[in-house]
Amino acid sequence: MDYSLHFGAVWASFDKLLLGLAIGLGLAVVAVAIGTVLGLLAAFASVAPYRMLRSLAALYVSLIRNLPLLVLVLLAYFALPQAGITLDKYQSFTGALALYSGAYLTEVFRAGLISVPKGVIEAARSIGLTRLQTNVSVVAPIMLRNALPSLGNTFIGMFKDSSIAAAIAVPELTFEARKINVDTFRVIETWTVASGLYIAACVVIAMLLRGMERRFPKF
Amino acid sequence: MHAFLDQLWISRFALWDGFVLTAEIAAASILFGTLLGGIVGIQLSYAPWWLKLPFRLYVDTMRGTPVLVLILAAFYIPSVAGLSLGPTQAGTLALSLFAGAHIGELLRGSLQAIPPGQAEAGRSIGLTFPQLLAYVLLPQAARSALPPWINTGVELIKGSSLLSIIGVGELLLKTQEIIGRNFMTIQFYVFAGMLYLVINIALDQLGKAVERRVGQH
Repeated sequence: MDYSLHFGAVWASFDKLLLGLAIGLGLAVVAVAIGTVLGLLAAFASVAPYRMLRSLAALYVSLIRNLPLLVLVLLAYFALPQAGITLDKYQSFTGALALYSGAYLTEVFRAGLISVPKGVIEAARSIGLTRLQTNVSVVAPIMLRNALPSLGNTFIGMFKDSSIAAAIAVPELTFEARKINVDTFRVIETWTVASGLYIAACVVIAMLLRGMERRFPKF
Repeated sequence: MHAFLDQLWISRFALWDGFVLTAEIAAASILFGTLLGGIVGIQLSYAPWWLKLPFRLYVDTMRGTPVLVLILAAFYIPSVAGLSLGPTQAGTLALSLFAGAHIGELLRGSLQAIPPGQAEAGRSIGLTFPQLLAYVLLPQAARSALPPWINTGVELIKGSSLLSIIGVGELLLKTQEIIGRNFMTIQFYVFAGMLYLVINIALDQLGKAVERRVGQH
């Protein structure tokens, strides 16, 4: 094997890789923010006293969790225009990732909801809070605290999945890395740097999340 | 609808080939991943720290890198090392390495959940370490690792769709080729999606059924 490492070609485009990393993070943040709303709605629906709502939530979760993300992304980008809805690549990818993360977050929030002690809910009801008030100001905060670690893991997962945006030419980290790879043939260097950046970002996010968990009181 | 069924009939062989390749890739990577994960899980649980270190590094690297990056790296890197892997082989390699890390980690979790008294009891009746592993620890760990192991299968089937990006003719790439010919974008993406759903929901239900049975002691 006559291959010697030269990182120069990769460093020359390092700013593009960093920009790509930022784009990936941005996509994940927006998608998870929308996904959190979807997940909260579906999680409350999945424990609702109405059978209809429960089945709808279950359908959403099992439909989305069993579909490859790439299929969702391609559907959103290439197939929706056929139905008259035209989104640019950022919008369609964010939409697909939001829908995808929402399904995972439903499970996360559901587990958090189930872990709220029954006595707390009964106490809230007995001091005269309505069902909505109980959910908003008693159940939700406890649930969010319990769900925080899994929420963080889901966010890291979605950040890694933002690499799939490369398939529809969103210039994020994987896309830029592939371009450098094809332009310069510095194969080993490119992929080591790209995966190093992903790992570093994941480690930093995980550390930030641990810090955040410590700041919230545990119930 | 009629036009779609016509097109579906014309492309039935292509879709079937893609479906079979998807299943083969997922099966091969869960097989290799389980072998690898078995070794990794045991090392992570029982090896001394200096031996544990490379395995921990492997697991964390695989888990911190997106699957797509693993696939692209496995596709491009072997060629400069003088190995010529086809896209299918490279993709299966990437998915196997990914599966190995995940299975290793979940096996470690299951092994460490076994009460220490089990290992002590095994030692005290004179079992050697391999015997202890084979007769006492692994059977118990396998029991709790089985449901998440089946879910890894779902992840691998979903992950195999990414191989379409490096040109492996699995279900998704075949679907894209068919769409390139007849422009029935929605119909064929939805059809492919439904095929993925059918296999994955079947696997998911299998996992849940196993979990129920394993849960009953």
